[in-house]
Parts: sequence; structure tokens; C-alpha cells
Amino acid sequence: MSLLIVGTVPSEDIPLLDGKCTFKDGHIKIGLHEFPVNRGTPALIAFACEVARLLGIDPPQALLAGDIGKGDGSERVYSRLCDTVSNREQKFIVFHYLMPDVHWLGRIMIRIQDLPKRPVMIADAGFMYVAKMGGMAQEFDLFTPDVGEMAFLADDSAPHPFYTRGFLLNESLRIPELINMAYQNENAARYLLVKGKVDYVASRDGIVAEISEPSIENMEPIGGTGDSLTGIVSALITAGEDIQTAAISACKINRFMGLLAKPTPAWGIKDFLPFLSTAIQESKNCP
Amino acid sequence: MIKKPRFLDKVAKQLRAIGSSDNGDPDRGLLLFTNTSDVIKAERALKKENLEISVKGPPPTVRTGCDLAIEFDLNVALKVAHILAEHRIEPLNIIPIKDVLLEPVSLFQTKDYGEFLMVRAANMKITIRKEDARIVNISGGGCPDVPYLADQLVGKTLGDCPPPISMGRTLCGYALHLAYEELKRACHC
Repeated sequence: MSLLIVGTVPSEDIPLLDGKCTFKDGHIKIGLHEFPVNRGTPALIAFACEVARLLGIDPPQALLAGDIGKGDGSERVYSRLCDTVSNREQKFIVFHYLMPDVHWLGRIMIRIQDLPKRPVMIADAGFMYVAKMGGMAQEFDLFTPDVGEMAFLADDSAPHPFYTRGFLLNESLRIPELINMAYQNENAARYLLVKGKVDYVASRDGIVAEISEPSIENMEPIGGTGDSLTGIVSALITAGEDIQTAAISACKINRFMGLLAKPTPAWGIKDFLPFLSTAIQESKNCP
Repeated sequence: MIKKPRFLDKVAKQLRAIGSSDNGDPDRGLLLFTNTSDVIKAERALKKENLEISVKGPPPTVRTGCDLAIEFDLNVALKVAHILAEHRIEPLNIIPIKDVLLEPVSLFQTKDYGEFLMVRAANMKITIRKEDARIVNISGGGCPDVPYLADQLVGKTLGDCPPPISMGRTLCGYALHLAYEELKRACHC
């Protein structure tokens, strides 16, 4: 059983790719194509590949295309997924940087709902936005929002984080209240992993874990730290951990990477990869 | 003789339809476009001509996912149409509005990291090194232009980088631009 990563690469030169990923020397390779790991879906892939390697499971598959925001690459990915999702072997799917498009969401979800056994579905970034906007949040097993995105999930009227009402973005409103609002409005997945100063893992029944240590302030401004977290949690779930345990472990691993790396706010996400293996070990010793 | 752009006829037709609609007595119109980058171009062109317009979220009936629209005063509709024609920007549709529309995010959060300064607008964050106002990181967001914008902007200074709005094509790109503007205000750049 392996993981399917669905997303985009920030380049106009990448065609539609659908195949096994390898990560080597700072680059992702799929078929004959290579691209660097900065932020976005390539960062998610790099961390998922490395966790898969360290745990001895199959490397992830990826369905990707280049998209710099025109939506053309996302459309190719949506179309390919729609055509193939019924016959794919992967039982775990993580949806990532894709142009939010409610029409494509509907077409894909119809195919998935028709499957005899639904895959485990994780959504982050643009696909999480459209899952909420399209009223399909509850079909998903895990969302991984940051604080701003959590406010968006809590705001029943916002179709995109850009329109989140100000009072919900105010820090005086606590994350547990936002989580509660998102579940009340049916805008949350089965589990939420809210990444922030304190990470929260929650389900409809309430908050199941708060992870606040080790606390590395400088992680917040670094682009891709959310992508690494989503990559790690996706690989852990694929390796057989239940979603709640995997979410808690992933938060700890991401934090321990920060502790070991001692980054400044000017670091890049790929700079954390050398610390992943030790972070996995260290996190196991953390209660 | 300069040929009149075809879409001016289309706009005139749409405006007549608004005039005869049974939608009460709308005083505002909404320009809808096929993509966010056209909205950004139109906003720039209309603001340059000092027209009072604002960027808003379209009503639910016409939303598709990553939408932005321009609200304008119907009394200056023809002027709007001419400016857009001049810039070869064609709206998908023009609709009358009476309802209150979604407002873009206007709340910013600033965090001081000593040597670095970060500003967040909605789901987008931009961080500079204070010493030379160099952009060191961009994070957050979920639309596919965000990683691309980060590739283009990280390493440049606030003074020498193109504004995110000139390359951004989505609402996340637009939110990043708002954070960038706020950061420039905070740094007096």
C-alpha cells in the first residue's frame, strides 16, 4: 500500500507526471523529470519520501503538473485524477497545492464516493480550501490548517482564507473555539491538525492533544514547515499509524527538527531534511 | 479608423440588461473575470484613472473557488468599460448588486523576531531581514502561485522586488501583496 500525493510544482516546464517519486541530492525525481525542493508540494514529497525510506515502506507516488497560478497544471491534475481514481492502487491520498475549483472537486468526489472502499484522504493548502467551500470537508480524514486557515474553516461564510472575517483572525479568539466552530458548521475533516505556536490535534469529540514542546519560534516564518508536517503525517499514516497517533507524532517530529537545526527565520525547508532521522528518534522519547 | 473593441458592445448590452432588470434599483455593479490575474490588472488600470472601485468577493451564485471581483459605481459604468477596453481586459460578465459582498482581509499581524520582521495577512506571511529589508521567507497560502512567488521574491529587497500583485494570479497571491504593502508601511520603504 502506498501514498498518492496530488499537487503542483511551481514551474511552467513540468508536464503532467504520474509515477513513483525518489528524493536524492536535494531533488525530487519522477520518471525523467527532476525538480528542486523549496516549498509547496515538492517539500511535502521530500519529507514523505524520507519518512517512507526511514520506516521501510514503499516510496510515495505523485500526480503533479507545473502550475504557477494560472490553473492550467491544476486542471491537468484534476482531469487525470478523475479518470484514474477508480482504478488506482493507492489507499492513501494527500491533496495539496491545487487551484481551488469547486466543479472539479465535485467530479472527483463523485468518483471517490462510488468506490467500494474509500481511500484515507488528507487535505492541505488549496484542496483543503475547496473541500470546505464545496461543503465536502466531512468527507476527508485529516485537514492540516495553520492558524489563519483554522479561522477560515471556522468562518462559515468565507469561501477562501482571503475573506475570513476580521474578528476570527483576532488572536484573542482561541484556537479551541475556532475548532469548535468549524465542527459545528461541518467545515472540518474527521481529524484536524492545527499547526501553530501550540499544535492541536482534534476530532469532533474535542481536542485530543496539545503539543507545545519543544517550542521553536523561528519555525513560523519559514516557508514549507507546514508542507513538511503534512508530508510526515501522510507517510506515518501510510505506514500504519492511526490518524490521531500519526498527527501527534508528526507534530513532535517537526518540532524536534527545529530544535536540532536551530534555524533562523531566513532558513529554507530543505535545510531541515538532514535532521529528520534524529528527530524521529528523539520524538519517540518525548511524552 | 480605430476599430471599437467587440467587448464594448457586449458591455453596453450588459449595462442595458442591468437597467431593465427587476433587481430593485441597484447602484453598484460587479465586474466578473475569468481569472484573478485579470482582476488585478483591471484594478490597477481603474485605480490609475482615480475611479472609486473596490475588490470584493463575488456572491455565492457565481463563485467557483478562487474568485475576486471588482465593485464599481454604475454611474461610471461606461468609463469603466472604456478603460478596460483600452487595456484589453475583458470581463466575463457584469452584474448588478444590492447585497453586501465579502470584504477582503484587512487585519494584519506583525511579529518581531529581532533581526527579522514578519507580517501576516490572512493565510500569508512574509518576512524580511530588518537590516536591508531583504525578503528572507514567504510562507502560508494554498494556491499554486504561492511557491512560485516565493521563488521569485525571496532574496530580493522590498525596494527592488516587483510587487507580488504583478505576478500573483490568485487570492493567496493577492493576500501576499497586502502583507507586502503592510510590511512596506511598517518599514517606511
